[in-house]
Amino acid sequence: MTGYGETVPSLRAEADVWTWITTTDHKRIGILYMVSAFVFFLGGIVEALLMRTQLAVARNTLLGPDAYNQIFTMHGTTMIFLFLMPMQAGLANYVLPLMIGARDMAFPRLNAFGYWLFLFAGLFMYSSFLIGAAPNAGWFAYAPLTEVQFSPGLNIDFWALAILLLGISSTAGAINFIVTTIGLRTRGMSFNLMPLFVWATLVTSLIIVFAMPSLTTGVVLLLVDRRLGGTFFTPGDGGDPLLWQHLFWAFGHPEVYILILPAMGVISEVLPVFARKPIFGYSFIAWSSVAIGFLGFTVWAHHMFAVGLPIIVQALFAASSMIVAVPTGVKIFNWIATLWGGQISLKTSMLFAIGFIGQFVIGGITGVFLAVVPFDWQATDSYFVVAHFHYVLFGGALFGLFAGLYYWLPKFTGRLLDERLGILHFFLILIGFNLTFFPMHLLGLMGMPRRIYTYAPGLGWDNLSLVSAVGGFTIALSVSVFIWNFFSSLRHGQAAGDDPWDAWTLEWATTSPPPPHNFSTVPIVRSRRPLWDLKHPENPDWRTAQPARDASVESKEERVDAGPRRGY
Amino acid sequence: MYSDRIVPRFVLSLVSLAFLAGCSRSPSVLAPASPEAGKIADLFWILLLISGVIFFLVEGLLIFAVVRFRSRQQATLPKQVHGNTRLEIAWTVVPSLIVVGIFAIMFPTMSELTQQQAGALKVKVIGHQWWWEIVYPDLGITTASELHVPVGQPIEIEILSADVVHSFWVPELFGKTDTVPGRSNWTRFVASKEGVYPGQCAEFCGVQHANMGFLIIVEPREAFEDWVEEWGDAPDEPDDGPAALGEQAFLTGSCIACHTIDGTRAQGKLGPNLTHFGGRRSIAALTLDNAPENLASWLANPQSIKPGTTMRIPSLSSEVIRNLVAYLESLK
Repeated sequence: MTGYGETVPSLRAEADVWTWITTTDHKRIGILYMVSAFVFFLGGIVEALLMRTQLAVARNTLLGPDAYNQIFTMHGTTMIFLFLMPMQAGLANYVLPLMIGARDMAFPRLNAFGYWLFLFAGLFMYSSFLIGAAPNAGWFAYAPLTEVQFSPGLNIDFWALAILLLGISSTAGAINFIVTTIGLRTRGMSFNLMPLFVWATLVTSLIIVFAMPSLTTGVVLLLVDRRLGGTFFTPGDGGDPLLWQHLFWAFGHPEVYILILPAMGVISEVLPVFARKPIFGYSFIAWSSVAIGFLGFTVWAHHMFAVGLPIIVQALFAASSMIVAVPTGVKIFNWIATLWGGQISLKTSMLFAIGFIGQFVIGGITGVFLAVVPFDWQATDSYFVVAHFHYVLFGGALFGLFAGLYYWLPKFTGRLLDERLGILHFFLILIGFNLTFFPMHLLGLMGMPRRIYTYAPGLGWDNLSLVSAVGGFTIALSVSVFIWNFFSSLRHGQAAGDDPWDAWTLEWATTSPPPPHNFSTVPIVRSRRPLWDLKHPENPDWRTAQPARDASVESKEERVDAGPRRGY
Repeated sequence: MYSDRIVPRFVLSLVSLAFLAGCSRSPSVLAPASPEAGKIADLFWILLLISGVIFFLVEGLLIFAVVRFRSRQQATLPKQVHGNTRLEIAWTVVPSLIVVGIFAIMFPTMSELTQQQAGALKVKVIGHQWWWEIVYPDLGITTASELHVPVGQPIEIEILSADVVHSFWVPELFGKTDTVPGRSNWTRFVASKEGVYPGQCAEFCGVQHANMGFLIIVEPREAFEDWVEEWGDAPDEPDDGPAALGEQAFLTGSCIACHTIDGTRAQGKLGPNLTHFGGRRSIAALTLDNAPENLASWLANPQSIKPGTTMRIPSLSSEVIRNLVAYLESLK
């Protein structure tokens, strides 16, 4: 184990640009993903601030309607496709092979291809700003508004082509994660001994593989309509605008779980380590991810309760949408039970994990509100929905990501982040987030629709919108504290050592940062906490913990142990 | 107030106060003016009650756990508990029962809200980029962005689109129904309180989505019947003065390519019907109040007021604009 004060291998020592461009090392690709996604994140923040400033007062003239529509479209598209998804892909890229004791991903060159395609698609989409034709029909791009008759410019073509490429990129990444997880686990690590973050990534990747074709189909049909004279989404010629909505949301709702499950996986790693207890109910958490993955495919039409579907169809989708809340609730209770009776150390990572739970509960509850069809008729496409999904994707997914970054960055850089700046970051973003998004619940109930660039005074919307704008700038401030913390830690941060949190999964069994080949020796995995077993030989998990290992499992794994090591 | 049946009045007023902070003019979902919106508001309060209990329970447990089990630097590790199947089954089953309960509360309201009612006044609403065409097929009335209905009578609205997907929404009266090109949708309600209720397009529909408002004017039956009767007569021809010059400018200009004024040769169908325009409350789908000075600036440069609007008008001298304003405002 590396002690404090020893020199930390610097990333800068390998700063030759060409080696980064040609790399197929999962750790470097992970870093490329995370850095690029973070830059797009900053773009998404600037767009958000422009929107909040525009709406801070009634009849503001900062932005014209077309500029506003481009900005809200790019904000949504950026945060989903260019930030959350690639950020999680980057995190999993770096961490997952380490967690399962593998030397790299299963397909290293496919991995690099996925990254470069993502970067190209993102830059391609943003290049549309240069000709003043950024996508402007929302991240949902409803037909027939997106047909050439109503959107003759290149805006929608930029969007559709970039989404097509991003779909290929994330599918390539997902296949890689699936194969890696199935094929490259180290000896002894059966499926039910995998870290929960690996479970979450596996389920997320399966969702991507099954959901993405629906979006790809939709986007290809849209391009055929727009540029080859097709009529898939135009009525009167045998097309139907609702076809687009079904194709889009059959992807779009599973997408929500694509965005949230990795964060749930992070939380399931962070909470036990900082509570000094194993995760409570491993199987329930793992299987609830699987349940969410399946159920996530059965709920899409709850985005379409206002389009005039038959009542019985709406009732069925309401039922499935409510049921999907159950496995989510199970996770929350399991997490709280993990904290219960522990010795909680409130490191920044843990603060973000706790913040995740507290805020995700609100997003989950308002999700059930929206599943109640008649209430949805009032709330859909109002600011209530904006509040709801930001509690899920910002209060949830983003807080989970920050928990993961504070947890794993020391592994990536070899340096600890400053805890005081971390705590400042946490409380600023906690306040800023709630200030921005809580009032939006009320604005929605007060009748404010989404995606409007202006509103008349005297509707009672201006005060709360101003509060929301102040919150937005508080968030931006908190993110700049994080950036400051990150860069100063690279220079002045305390050396992290191999295992700064006294954690239990395999990534902490190698140096920080790990060598190109990851491990000199991988400890044999006999339980869900291999490093606990090493540190506590008097009380190892494989002897005391569930599942009670029956003789057949034991002998089967011994056979595996005896055989040649799988994968690398 | 429909909510009074479920939520004690004092709770209601407290919460409403907190929610609406004296903004009595917000078109609030929680200030229903129809039994339909009332039932939805009731549902909301029930959900808020149930979820409030869950919220305080879960957040309470979370905060308690963090405070109570915060590390005090003990040397010994806590007991390594890996789970408790019975407990976990309990917190799988209980939330399942709660959602079954919520579904059971929801379903009756859902079916009630979609039932047809006898003796309904039929109205057709057609969403256009960026205004609302209002047609009373049985009364022979076609107007724009302003829907008059008598208090207490069931109203049945057929919702159609002329171009893209819009959504028809008046928070105080009923929830959203999208206008889907190629399909007919319906919304049904009974306005139980007189008043003027603002509505707005709720589905993003292009550059001027924000300025696609309308009003539902709920009036006593006599007032409604008077309004219908007025529509039977074409507006009076202005005899002379600026209004007559304005009429001439209107009927010989490009206006008639898009606009209709009953009883004249203006029979364009692309833009809003302007018969009885002078009696309307707003210009360009609630973008401006209908006042002569607003109309004048609208005619002078609609693109500066509502950028992207489909309204096209040649540049006119201020005298022509004055005459057109006089004519249009005379159409009562």
